Amino acid sequence: MTAVLIFLDHAGASLAKSERELLSLAGSLGDVSVALAGDAEQTYLDGIGSYGVQECYRPEGDVTQVLVAGKAAFVTDAVRAAGADVVLLGNSYEAKEIAARAAIRLEAGVITDVVSLDDELTATKADFAGSYTVTCRVTTDVAVLTVKPNSFEAVEAGAPVSPREVRIPVDAEPAAAHITGRVDKPVSGRPELSEARVVVAGGRGVEGNFGPLEELADALGGAVGASRAATDAGWIEHSAQVGQTGKTVSPQLYVSVGISGAVQQRAGMQTSKVIVAINKDADSPIFEIADFGIVGDLFAVLPQATDEIRKRGL
Amino acid sequence: MDEATAGGLRIAVLVKHVPDAQFDREIAGENLTTVRAESILSELDEYALEAALQLVEAHGGAAAGHRITAITMGPPAAVAAVKKSLQIGADDGAHLSDEALSGSDASATSRALAALLEHLGPFDLVLTGMASTDGETSLVPAQLAERLSLPQVTFAAALEATTESGEWTLTARRDNDTFAETVQAPLPALVSVTDQINDPRYPNFKGIMAAKKKQIQTLSLADIGVGADEVGLAGSWTRVEAAAPRPPRSQGVVITDEGDAGIRLVDFLAGQKLL
Ligand SMILES: Cc1cc2nc3c(=O)[nH]c(=O)nc-3n(C[C@H](O)[C@H](O)[C@H](O)COP(=O)(O)OP(=O)(O)OC[C@H]3O[C@@H](n4cnc5c(N)ncnc54)[C@H](O)[C@@H]3O)c2cc1C
Ligand SMILES: Nc1ncnc2c1ncn2[C@@H]1O[C@H](COP(=O)(O)O)[C@@H](O)[C@H]1O
Repeated sequence: MTAVLIFLDHAGASLAKSERELLSLAGSLGDVSVALAGDAEQTYLDGIGSYGVQECYRPEGDVTQVLVAGKAAFVTDAVRAAGADVVLLGNSYEAKEIAARAAIRLEAGVITDVVSLDDELTATKADFAGSYTVTCRVTTDVAVLTVKPNSFEAVEAGAPVSPREVRIPVDAEPAAAHITGRVDKPVSGRPELSEARVVVAGGRGVEGNFGPLEELADALGGAVGASRAATDAGWIEHSAQVGQTGKTVSPQLYVSVGISGAVQQRAGMQTSKVIVAINKDADSPIFEIADFGIVGDLFAVLPQATDEIRKRGL
Repeated sequence: MDEATAGGLRIAVLVKHVPDAQFDREIAGENLTTVRAESILSELDEYALEAALQLVEAHGGAAAGHRITAITMGPPAAVAAVKKSLQIGADDGAHLSDEALSGSDASATSRALAALLEHLGPFDLVLTGMASTDGETSLVPAQLAERLSLPQVTFAAALEATTESGEWTLTARRDNDTFAETVQAPLPALVSVTDQINDPRYPNFKGIMAAKKKQIQTLSLADIGVGADEVGLAGSWTRVEAAAPRPPRSQGVVITDEGDAGIRLVDFLAGQKLL
């Protein structure tokens, strides 16, 4: 039987959607254990247990004070302790880096951005900013995979149970960068950008006023994203940036507002299921990839759409 | 202590020659490798080179003995990435070129680059881009830090170096989804930078002329003591089985707002069952 180890790094009060997707995927592959780098609340641990996870590996001591190296060493040791054949991680930059380093220690291949996986562990991913579909395999005994959110179904969990906790000693990393400060960013209460089913994204055309986009996003239960022009202008957090150097999103619906559609922006959104574009310039390249385009002023179109959704009681 | 007497820094900047994203990019051939025509210096690596130049300028410039080496691994044409780096301001360059490297995945690339850096070094600082614009995996910098046992300072959105008694300390800011963190490391270290860190300069006429006199060393795998079976397809831990271009997105309906576009948008969404 395949042994799967999942590395989870979020540890709030409850499981995030992407974490439930990972647990569901792992359960379909084999026996599942979890490696948790930091502290976790009891409700979170019970949540993991409700997916049939028997073992939860935790580090002895703190691996979170150095950048990546500590967590990578911990994951490596957890993989060995669990005898895992498959290691699953999320798809954040940090998760990919942890995967990268642990893979060197384990002499294992890594595939990032996995969107589907067959019985033989052949993975599918998008390449060249979504313009290619590539299938690839890990050829080593252990496979390390980072999985894109929204790619696998999250199945219903069973009754909450606490997994057995296994502490593993991790040697301190002599050569490591130390985390000396941390500033939390304000939380919006909206869904996480890379997990959201709907994304409403604004660009330079928004002229600093994201209000109408936030209202539409809330009416649709979506997240708010942005082009680099908007994040560079300081109108919205950098973490909202979609594109080559921001997030790659594949929601059911992407509403592009006041964004011209440069290649670097497309790189982050062109695998969305349905694309709607609102731009006052009819020649804007974004219309080339839009399923529904509106040539118009965003400040007229958005409020009208939001009102209409509310009016219909949707 | 004065920086000059502390000795200059040796900085390696890793620059990759990648297919230009402005054109259609292709994966082809028996081994399903990237087609490298129409290639350029990866624009994300320009930020790493700029970070190196700014660091040197902030600490006494070339007169203080600092030296920036632009390094690439790739087919013969990849030397263009090094040449451009020399025009922008790197002091010298190195190009690892060997047929056996073709088809290397991240693990094989990081193995070859680690050996190359050890052969050319020791370096006080290794700078890279946040991702290559073709592979886009962001795996190589972390794997290099692991292989070279260097402190890893990756995705730096701001970077500063200070020196005291000949010991250098880097301080960087790293942005995560829900928080930003400050990270510190002594040199030697490996740093990858994001496109938030600076505005890369362009080569000017003086730089282009000066680059003609700068040295580029070309090396093969044998020169750096790496076996052909340790890299390329043979040395990779992953294998591409198939690659197909996605059908391009076709243009849908485009309407012009005549005062009711918001309502028509809601009709469209309702029709797509997206409400
Ligand atoms: C290395 C590198 C990495 C990059 N990474 C990214 C990335 O990750 N993500 C990203 O987005 N970009 C990225 N970029 C930048 C990218 O090249 C573009 O510059 C950027 O996407 C442009 O943003 P924009 O479309 O918002 O602005 P613009 O191109 O200025 O477009 C603004 C649009 O708004 C429209 N508009 C104006 N007013 C209105 C109105 N009232 N109603 C309707 N429409 C209106 C205009 O017609 C125009 O089309 C990167 C660039 C580089 C060099
Ligand atoms: N073949 C290469 N030659 C030089 N640098 C490279 C090469 N491959 C990767 N790098 C460096 O590693 C960074 C991240 O690449 P990647 O992990 O492929 O996304 C790039 O921005 C480069 O600085």
